[in-house]
Amino acid sequence: MADARKDDLVQIHQVVLEPNQRPDTLPECTKSVPYECWVKGFLLNGEATIGEEVRIETFIGREITGTLVSVNPTYDHGFGYPQKELLSIGREVRKGGVER
Amino acid sequence: MKRDIRYGAVMSRKNEILRRGTGIDYQRYEISPISFDYEGLMASSQYSLEEAQRILKETGVGNTALVELKNITKLVRSVSPPGKGGRIFIKDEAANPSGSFKDRRAGVSIYQAAQLGYKGVVAASSGNYGAAVASQAAKRGLKAIILQEVYDSRKVGQPEILEKTRACEAYGAEVWQLTVGPELFYIMLRVLEETGFYSASLYVPTSILGIETLGYELAQQVLQQEGRYPDMVVITHAGGGNITGTARGLMRAGSNQTAVVGVSVDLRGLHMASDHDFNRKSFTTGHTGFGIPFLTFPDRTDVPRNCARGLRYLDRYVFTSQGEVFYTTELLARLEGIQRGPAGNTSLAGAMALARELDQEQILVVQETEYTSAGKLPSSQITFAKENGILVKRGDPGENIPGKVIVIPERAGQIRVEEMDLQKVRQSHIRNILEAAKPYLPTKEDIQFIAEDSRSNVGFLQETMKAMKVKEAAPD
Repeated sequence: MADARKDDLVQIHQVVLEPNQRPDTLPECTKSVPYECWVKGFLLNGEATIGEEVRIETFIGREITGTLVSVNPTYDHGFGYPQKELLSIGREVRKGGVER
Repeated sequence: MKRDIRYGAVMSRKNEILRRGTGIDYQRYEISPISFDYEGLMASSQYSLEEAQRILKETGVGNTALVELKNITKLVRSVSPPGKGGRIFIKDEAANPSGSFKDRRAGVSIYQAAQLGYKGVVAASSGNYGAAVASQAAKRGLKAIILQEVYDSRKVGQPEILEKTRACEAYGAEVWQLTVGPELFYIMLRVLEETGFYSASLYVPTSILGIETLGYELAQQVLQQEGRYPDMVVITHAGGGNITGTARGLMRAGSNQTAVVGVSVDLRGLHMASDHDFNRKSFTTGHTGFGIPFLTFPDRTDVPRNCARGLRYLDRYVFTSQGEVFYTTELLARLEGIQRGPAGNTSLAGAMALARELDQEQILVVQETEYTSAGKLPSSQITFAKENGILVKRGDPGENIPGKVIVIPERAGQIRVEEMDLQKVRQSHIRNILEAAKPYLPTKEDIQFIAEDSRSNVGFLQETMKAMKVKEAAPD
């Protein structure tokens, strides 16, 4: 069964440069991995499954090709967890004489 | 004919692509392999400061509030010597349309791109600048492509950069999320060539002119409200544009005696092109990884000549730490009721230490704030730091180790800055210029240029040349 249909918001992936195509001046840990990219847009293919080569139309109307990796991708960065190293700072400085 | 888009082929077409992309003939301003006409290049946009202000006003940029931080000043005085503890003000740049002073930096350039008939703009930025370009492009009816360095090879991204992807996409930009590497520049050239769009570099004349409105505006505000110019302006430093534009704006307003101080978060030792080090930092900009190289070699960037030349304008350059910025962020929220992001709070952390040196009637201005959000909050960034193996603790911030230990102060009196020796920075700037020009020998005019560009003097330059065994060219 298809994972995405035409006009769905999807994310594609490309390997831009293989390790051997990257400049020699890079640190070893960077030079030894491929240079990759991800772009979002609307699926142009009729339907597609994850891992398939697809074409998308980006938010500004350009067409780009890549491997389908995600359908209706979300933003998953958040507020993090409350941090004990921060939680008491407000009370500490108010005790320090700033409180009127 | 299909163009060769392999790495080497694209890089070899760099000059031609950038000339078309910026609309600037940089060659016109070249004087020698060392010197160029900086003020000539700065004037090439032909907009006056008043025109820049008008252009920015059209999209709601600028005229932000200047706010006195009375409670933080009081706290600083409680840990200062008698009579010391200058008044701290902030310029609330978060009130700009996309939430930072970067709207000023993008606004004039995007206006010019529209005037010149470009259909779209391209910017390489993982920070607020990308969002500013996307926002300004939306307002001016141009398309925007933003290229961001987002992920390490595990596809793990810093929360702050993921937030910038979200913001750019919210303004309708096409965003390329890339892994770690300087090849971002190659992608930029490729995309510019493919689209014929405008290159909205951070380092073109219009970008600096936009920031001049900030320095000018804050000097005028302080003068109007307090009847004097600011004694010190504290500026978060990364690429040098913020310092350059702000200092030029201060001078235009007649605020010539104001000390211009740059602040960067100390991340010395972390390699900026390292896949391993990438996620061992909490902040994406305003740190020494950009701050030092951009002072010592400003022209190693995405344009042939960089108009952001911080060393020309800096009176002092100091370092703070991530832990001190987190602490200051909490103070700003709890004591002043203002919650803002790390970019402006970097200079605010520095200001808390610097204000202790000033007399109580003296005025210190922190010249920016930025918006905050998921990904930018200390809770989000400390959660991420811990997940990436960083030790986070309370204590003396002097125990901070970039990429290993974040130390959040236990009390305000522990906030300090580390002074960078600007003579050393000047020396490496001079060395880099002379090395890059080899085997060319500097003429008298070149020596004058380098002295200006490093804000040193001919004597200091000759000493450095002697140590490098570089001779002056014989007169014709």
